[in-house]
Amino acid sequence: MQPPQPPRRSIYGGIPERGPGSFDGQLLAFAEDLREEGVAIGTSEMLDAFGALQEVPWTDREDFKEALAATLAKSPEDRRVFELVFERFFFRAAEAEATRQQISEGQGLQGAEDIDLDTLRRQIAEALRDGQDGSMRDLARLAIAAFGRGEGSGVLGVDVQRIRRQLGLRAEPQPDLPEDDPRREGIPRDQLRRFEAHLRRELERGLIERTSSLPPKRPLNDLDRALPTGPAQDLAQVHRVVAQLKRRLATQGHELRGRKRHAHVDVRRTMRASLQTGGVPVELKFRPKRPRRPEIFVLCDVSTSVTSASTFFLSVLHALHDSFRKLRSFVFIERISEVTDVFERERDFRAASEAIGRDAGVADISGYTDYGRVWTEFLTLIEDELHPRATVIVLGDARTNGRPPRDDVFAAITAKAGRTFWLNPEPRLYWNYGDSVIAAYERHCVAFECWRTDQLEDFVKALTTPADRY
Amino acid sequence: MTAPEPTSVQEVKDGLREAGYLPGASTALVSYLAIKLGKPILVEGPAGVGKTELAKALARYLDRRLVRLQCYEGLDEAKALYEWNYRKQLLRIQTESSDTGWQDVQEDIFGEEFLLERPLMTAIASAEPVVLLIDEIDKTDQEFEAMLLELLSDFQISIPELGRIEARTHPVVLLTSNNTRELTEALKRRCLYLWLDYPDLEHELEIVRLHSPELDETVARKLVEIVQEVRELDLKKPPSIAESIDWARALLLLGSRDIDAATFTETMSVIVKHRTDLDTVASRVGVKLSDAAAPAA
Repeated sequence: MQPPQPPRRSIYGGIPERGPGSFDGQLLAFAEDLREEGVAIGTSEMLDAFGALQEVPWTDREDFKEALAATLAKSPEDRRVFELVFERFFFRAAEAEATRQQISEGQGLQGAEDIDLDTLRRQIAEALRDGQDGSMRDLARLAIAAFGRGEGSGVLGVDVQRIRRQLGLRAEPQPDLPEDDPRREGIPRDQLRRFEAHLRRELERGLIERTSSLPPKRPLNDLDRALPTGPAQDLAQVHRVVAQLKRRLATQGHELRGRKRHAHVDVRRTMRASLQTGGVPVELKFRPKRPRRPEIFVLCDVSTSVTSASTFFLSVLHALHDSFRKLRSFVFIERISEVTDVFERERDFRAASEAIGRDAGVADISGYTDYGRVWTEFLTLIEDELHPRATVIVLGDARTNGRPPRDDVFAAITAKAGRTFWLNPEPRLYWNYGDSVIAAYERHCVAFECWRTDQLEDFVKALTTPADRY
Repeated sequence: MTAPEPTSVQEVKDGLREAGYLPGASTALVSYLAIKLGKPILVEGPAGVGKTELAKALARYLDRRLVRLQCYEGLDEAKALYEWNYRKQLLRIQTESSDTGWQDVQEDIFGEEFLLERPLMTAIASAEPVVLLIDEIDKTDQEFEAMLLELLSDFQISIPELGRIEARTHPVVLLTSNNTRELTEALKRRCLYLWLDYPDLEHELEIVRLHSPELDETVARKLVEIVQEVRELDLKKPPSIAESIDWARALLLLGSRDIDAATFTETMSVIVKHRTDLDTVASRVGVKLSDAAAPAA
C-alpha cells in the first residue's frame, strides 16, 4: 500500500526505495549486505538458503536466523559478521517499512509519568538478574520513557550510558545498597550488555520515528568483527602451524639425509686397543660422530620498530625450537646475538622471552636496527657452516634507519645458503616506503608478509612447493 | 528398519534427546535441514564439544548404521574408498588353468568379489540408508578434500574397471573439523555449516546430569560453574564438555560431597591438561574455592 503522502525529507535523506520484489528480494538484499562486509556468498549458497527456508517455518525468528546462518556463514568469523549484519539489516528493513506505512509506536508509553522510579529501577534489575529476555524490551522502553528526557543528546551511545547510570545498573557489587536489592551483587555483565543493546535499539527506533528517515548504514568496524582470543591460545596456534611446517619439511626428505651413513673405523685407536689382545683387533674403535650441522638459521629482529610483532616472532621462534633440533637462532637489533641456548633451556615461552630480554646480550646502544652490521657479523660468525642444504629465515621489517643496507653482504649469505626466506611483519602496502629497503633484499630471497597465523600458514605452503621455483 | 523421516525441528530435538544427546538450538535445526535437503553438515568447534557424539546420536535416533571414516594425514583413496584385493586376485589367477584366455580372467578378477570396500564406499553402496561420519577432515590433505567433492555433491563413485557406483540410498553425512586448517571454499560451499561452541551453564549442567545422574545436584552445579570459570581464563586448552563429564564421574568415584580446595587440587588434572595451564588454574580458581569452602566447613 502506498502511503498517502511522500515521506518527509530530513537530514539523513529519508527512507530509501524499497528493494526489488517481496521476500526473495529482501533476502537477496541481505546477501548483498553480507557480501559488502566480506562474507563470500555464491549463488549455490543462496539456493541452499531458499531451500532451507522452505523446510523451516520462517515465522520463528530463531529458526529463520539459524537456517540462514547454516547455509550462508561458513566459518566462526563469518558467523560473527552474519549476526551483526542480520541484526542491522532486519532492524532497518522493519523500520523502513513501518515508516513507509506510517505506523508509529508513539512516543513513550501512556502514564509514564506515574511510574515510581524506584520501583522501575528494581524491576529492571530483577529482570536482568533472572535473565528474563522477553520483558527486557518493554522495560527498556519504560526506562527510556522515564529517564530518556525527550530528544536526548543526539548521540545514542551517550544516551544509553546516561540511562544505565540513572538506573543504577552496574556489573560490580554495590554493598551499600539494601539487603534485598537485586543490584547489590552486581548485574551479570552479558545481561547488562544485552539490556544496553535493547536500549540502543529502542532509542534508534524513536529517532527513526521522529525524523522518519533511516540513519546511514554503518559498516562494521574491526573491533566488532574480531573474535576474542587470548595470547596463550595464539601461541598454541603458532605451534600448530609450525608443527605442520615440520611435518612437511620432513616429508620432503631434508631430515633423513645422511642418517644411514655408517660410522668410520678409527684405525689408530683400533690398533692400539688390539695390543691388549695380542694384536688381534677384537674391539673396533670408531671415530666419534660429529654433530651434524644445523640446518636452519633464524634471524629475528627485536628492535623497537617491530615491538608489536616481536611477540609473534618470538612465539614462532619458540615453536620452531620445539620442532627442530638442528636449529640455531639469533636475535638482533644493532648487533647480533645467539639465543639457541635460551630456547633450549627454557620450555616455557614467557620465561624464554624474559630471558632474552634480560641476558641475550643484544648490544643495544641506540635501539635502532643496523642491518648492514648484522649481516657482516652473521656472515663472519657462521660462514663455514652455511651450506647448500641450510635454510635461512629472517624475521624483520627491513627498516635500516637510514643506514647502509649492505645488500651485497646479504647476497653473499644467500649465495652460500640453500634457501633464504624473509618474513616481514608489515603489510605489503608499506614495503619500500620510508626507510624500508626490503626491495634490495627481496632480489636475493623470497619475502612474505607475515604477522598472523594464517599468513604463517601461507608461508608453510610456499615452503612445500617444489624447490626449483626459488 | 530405519525410522521415518522427521517432519519438524522439534521432532529431531526430541529424538536426539532420547538418544542421549542434548542438542543446542541450532544443532537440531541444522540436523533437520541436513536430513530434509540431503546436504552434508560441516561441524566445527573446539575439541570435545560433542561433534562426533552428534553423529552417533543421529545414527541412534534415525536407527541407521553409523559408518565412520577417521581422517589422518596421508589418508588416500585406497584407505577411504575402495581397494582391489590383489592377493585374492593373484590366487584366482594362479588357480586358473593355463589355457583360459586373458579376457575371461580379466572379467573375472575385476568383479565385486575382489573389491575391498572402505568406509566411503560402504556408505554409498549400502542398501539401507546410513549415517556417514567423516571425522577430523582438517587432518587430511587438500587432494583428499578434492576427491570428496564428487562424492558429496553427486553421491557416486567412479571405478574405472566397474563403472559408476551410485548411491542406492541417501546417507546423512557429517564432517567434523577442529579448525586446525582452513578447509577449501569448494568443500564448504557444499555443506551446511554448524558451529558448536561450549554450552552455557544451564545446558552444560543438563548434559552433566544426563551422563552422571547419581551426582548430587548442588555438586554438579558447582562443578559446571567452576568449569565455566576455568574456560574464561586464557588457557592453552580449555576444558571441554567431555572433560566436565569425566570430572563428574571422577568425583562420583571418589564419593565427594562438595568441591573444596583440596578436592579441586587433587582432581584438577581431569579438566586441565597442560602444566602451565595447571599453574594458572590453581592460582586463579583454586584460591577462590578455599575461601568459599571455609565458612561452610
